[in-house]
Amino acid sequence: MSETASPRAPTDWKGNAMQRRIRRRYAAERRFRWLGLGAILISAAFLAFLLVTMIGKGAGGFRQTEIRLDLDFPRTGLLASSTGGEIEGAVAAAADAQFGPDGARLLSDSAWTRVERAIERDPSLLQRKETLWLAAATNVDTAYKGNGDAGSEAIVSRLDQRDVLRTSFNTDFLVSADATDPASVGIWGAFKGSLLTMIVTLALAFPIGVLSAVYLEEYAKRNRWTDFVEVSINNLAAVPSIIFGLLGLAVFLNTLHLPRSAPIVGGLTLALMTMPVIVIAGRNAIKSVPPSIRDAALGIGASKVQVVFHHVLPLALPGILTGTIIGMARALGETAPLLMIGMRAFIATPPAGIAAPASVLPVQIFLWSDEVSRGFVEKTSAAIIVLLVFLLAMNGLAIYLRNKFERRW
Amino acid sequence: MNDMQTMTAETRLSNDAAPKMTARDVSVYYGAKKAIDCVSIDVSQEHVTAFIGPSGCGKSTFLRTLNRMNDTIANARVDGAIELDGENIYAPSMDVVQLRARVGMVFQKPNPFPKSIYENVAYGPRIHGLAAGRSEMDAIVEQSLKRAGLWEEVKDRLQESGTALSGGQQQRLCIARAIAVEPEVILMDEPCSALDPIATAKIEELIHELRGRYAIVIVTHNMQQAARVSQRTAFFHLGNLVEYGETSEIFTNPRVERTKDYITGRYG
Amino acid sequence: MSSLALFLIVLGLAALGWLMARARAMAFRRVAGGQRAHSLPNYHGWYVALWAALPALLFIAIWTPVSGNLVSEEVMSSPAASSLPPFEMQRMAILREAREIAEGDRPGGFNPQSSEIATVYKSALGRYRMIGAVVALLLAFAGGAFAFTRVSPHFRARTKVERLVMAALLGASTIAIVTTAGIIASLLFESVRFFSLVNPLEFLFGTHWSPQIAIRADQAGSSGGFGAIPLFWGTIFIGAIIAMIVAIPLGLMSAIYLTQYAKPAVRKWMKPLLEMLAGVPTVVYGYFAALTVAPLIRDFGKAIGIASATSESALAAGLVMGIMIIPFVSSMADDSITAVPQAMRDGSLAMGATTSETIRKVIVPAALPGIVGGVLLAVSRAIGETMIVVMAAGLAANLTANPFASVTTVTTQIVQLLTGDQEFDSAKTLAAFALGLVLFIVTLLLNIVALRVVKKYREAYE
Repeated sequence: MSETASPRAPTDWKGNAMQRRIRRRYAAERRFRWLGLGAILISAAFLAFLLVTMIGKGAGGFRQTEIRLDLDFPRTGLLASSTGGEIEGAVAAAADAQFGPDGARLLSDSAWTRVERAIERDPSLLQRKETLWLAAATNVDTAYKGNGDAGSEAIVSRLDQRDVLRTSFNTDFLVSADATDPASVGIWGAFKGSLLTMIVTLALAFPIGVLSAVYLEEYAKRNRWTDFVEVSINNLAAVPSIIFGLLGLAVFLNTLHLPRSAPIVGGLTLALMTMPVIVIAGRNAIKSVPPSIRDAALGIGASKVQVVFHHVLPLALPGILTGTIIGMARALGETAPLLMIGMRAFIATPPAGIAAPASVLPVQIFLWSDEVSRGFVEKTSAAIIVLLVFLLAMNGLAIYLRNKFERRW
Repeated sequence: MNDMQTMTAETRLSNDAAPKMTARDVSVYYGAKKAIDCVSIDVSQEHVTAFIGPSGCGKSTFLRTLNRMNDTIANARVDGAIELDGENIYAPSMDVVQLRARVGMVFQKPNPFPKSIYENVAYGPRIHGLAAGRSEMDAIVEQSLKRAGLWEEVKDRLQESGTALSGGQQQRLCIARAIAVEPEVILMDEPCSALDPIATAKIEELIHELRGRYAIVIVTHNMQQAARVSQRTAFFHLGNLVEYGETSEIFTNPRVERTKDYITGRYG
Repeated sequence: MSSLALFLIVLGLAALGWLMARARAMAFRRVAGGQRAHSLPNYHGWYVALWAALPALLFIAIWTPVSGNLVSEEVMSSPAASSLPPFEMQRMAILREAREIAEGDRPGGFNPQSSEIATVYKSALGRYRMIGAVVALLLAFAGGAFAFTRVSPHFRARTKVERLVMAALLGASTIAIVTTAGIIASLLFESVRFFSLVNPLEFLFGTHWSPQIAIRADQAGSSGGFGAIPLFWGTIFIGAIIAMIVAIPLGLMSAIYLTQYAKPAVRKWMKPLLEMLAGVPTVVYGYFAALTVAPLIRDFGKAIGIASATSESALAAGLVMGIMIIPFVSSMADDSITAVPQAMRDGSLAMGATTSETIRKVIVPAALPGIVGGVLLAVSRAIGETMIVVMAAGLAANLTANPFASVTTVTTQIVQLLTGDQEFDSAKTLAAFALGLVLFIVTLLLNIVALRVVKKYREAYE
């Protein structure tokens, strides 16, 4: 049959044209390879750029400018029973006396709380003269760190000459809550809110997720109901988070009248979001437990429930935990649904419980990012650093667990 | 069994004018493991050469060294010399892309690309720039499909997917694909092991027709097939080339005991 | 007694019940001698513990929010509360302080009024908590005692406990359906109310979006300010066009490099690095986009002579969103590429194709359905993304294809409409739910199509 076609001349592989063509093809090969490497490097460079920017801008947030203030307590007339307002007034007066008519404005709004704490710690203070380092106001703080406006720079250089300025580690940032003055804000309030919210989320999403996964993998018969459950879970895992916020708003707040801005509502909303992640991870983990183990347990007379709870679940646990940590990390970084349920309120005290109004870290970041005052830039970035550290730790733990307990049957 | 390691293959062939490919002292390692031990063999242009032997004997591994497909395996290493028309194919000057165009390969399982029948055949000529225009490409595709004995079956549906064909047709499509770049040698790695007897018969017939135009090397675990299609047979065992000769001689009058044992079915 | 303490006490009672029932079951097992009891002692223990804990905990779960509302009501109706300032924020601050004083979280108040209200708070809190504690403990005792009387050698405790476990499993699995139903119901319900105020056709096809007008009470819904086309366009422009122009090439090429070229050791390090991009919270991306990327792009736009370049450009939001999406595209592409059989690759290489020719002409076309599915999932992810656009995109509902101009998106507007203090029933807030419904339907369709494409593709190579 081959005779019907005209014979072709043998290819001249060594010819010039063919050699040029080969060179072109190899050049294309190299370009393509570089393109691939370039894509990865661009992604990595962006990540590095983001992290470096955040660290660069946020590092200052962990440092605080302090002003030395001499307080002659007996002359202020303060007593151990004095209210916060009285202490504030006394501190302002001392600052005015020491630094001129606008002296009080050099101090941060919450500078007096440090005096209050000092008195609480040592009431004998009230009997003597004492020198205290108090948080400086925002404009002084930013100017002392080198990026303030001209007016503040002048004030700072004047103060610096008197040697009453220093920077120290900003413990206030780690122990206090939101405030209107960037010099006195802290993340503890939002952090505690996040913690409470995560506890609620975990307490709901973990058991429900694991039980659903067990049901679907071990007990569910193949029928329409099971398919329906499965489709629901797969879709919930991909529904935009803001939709969960709308659900929370419509159901938890407007129908059930649960308290606004509370960790309980935030936790409930995030639990609904996290649960599908845990179910999917749980099912994969349970699926990877070989049937031989179930058969062995059933063979010695264990009930179906015993098989699952004594044998399958313990073996699947590392996988389930990995999925749970990843889901929790995602919930910890989630902002949009919490905005919907009113967690964007200004909350100046750390939440007392899961029903008290609270903020969470990502929402706090969002709120601070909206502030005009320049002092908030470094606080926002500092809060982002804290959030990223936690997320990295959680993801690192998940990867560690996955590697440590990865088992090939 | 000890003498086996040091033994060289029993070879008895009337001298060819010039063998198409020659292998001298070829050893293949996967990491530290030696898969092929000092194999020397000539492949002639005019004949179909069959590699037989029990599974795991290294015949497929050796076949893949002939067009450097072992390069795609990360820890594989080849020692010794393999020449195509007197040119060392492992020399730095040898271009692997051109080598593979000159030494085509057909695999154990038919692996047509998920493209149309036409595009499957046109793939090779296109990447190597063998056709100057549309009509030339059409001619190459038609000629290749005719040589592969598939033209009559597919000429009306060239735009259909190659994966929609039956197993035997897919394998002939893969042969057409290999032919389309006008190779000098075609390596076939158990080309019929995934096919039914009728499809196998067609492939064997095809090999018969292609003989002479291309140097053909076929690996098979089926001795009847080797006897039917080949003129020369090499018997591999445990990474060694045990015996190489005219097919009729090997099957009727093997000189080495192990070859005899294998052919008579003592092991395999 | 706080809820936590009560909770712990109930658990303690349950544990006590577990121990007692177990001990009793142990005892009759020893007495019964040859004949074996139906269930192991542990199961008797669990049976009693569950009876003691579950009804009481259920009661606490219901009582806690209910009593909270009752306390607030009682405080607000007390004479001390009548003198509270009318200004909302101040009043809330005082009430919060009073509550903290009453619960002992804070020694004294900043406001003089708070201590007065604190006493009212304290008595109300104490009373309702006492009621709750008494009822919960009674329930725990009664449940535990009832169950304890049933412990006997012939009692099938294991069957009962296992039946409860099965019920819990079934119940847990229905939560997903309840959630889905809840989402659909709440979105539909509010949307229907919205569409009774605003013509659905106008909403879906109108090009004028300015929900602010509707605040004026007499004009609600009649202003014609609810044409959502500019929002849909902005969402598609940022999420499906700009972000994908960034994410598809970078994600796909990364996946190709990692699967086809990179050495295993490199792959092992590079993959988690890429995944880290997906782990960064969106609020961080948003902040980064607004603070760093947007000004750069505005300056760049100005430099190349585009006067309308704003710092809320679609490009800034889309670019950063694209970066965020890279790991999604790349991991889906990675999966589909590795699913292409090795034989396909070998076939092409054996023809004398180079690696890149093999990838471009054989592997990528073969993996295309999987890659397309992944891209659809990525698009669904991008259009539902909220924080980046809220922080970096604008609020102006423009219909423009100029990437340096500002556009707004569905999610931005949802956040915008629902934050701040409006009454809940205005067309403005209801519009957020209608937007949410559209978003939900579109992402749902994208996901269903994408999952189906991916599944079909996987089956083809299995």
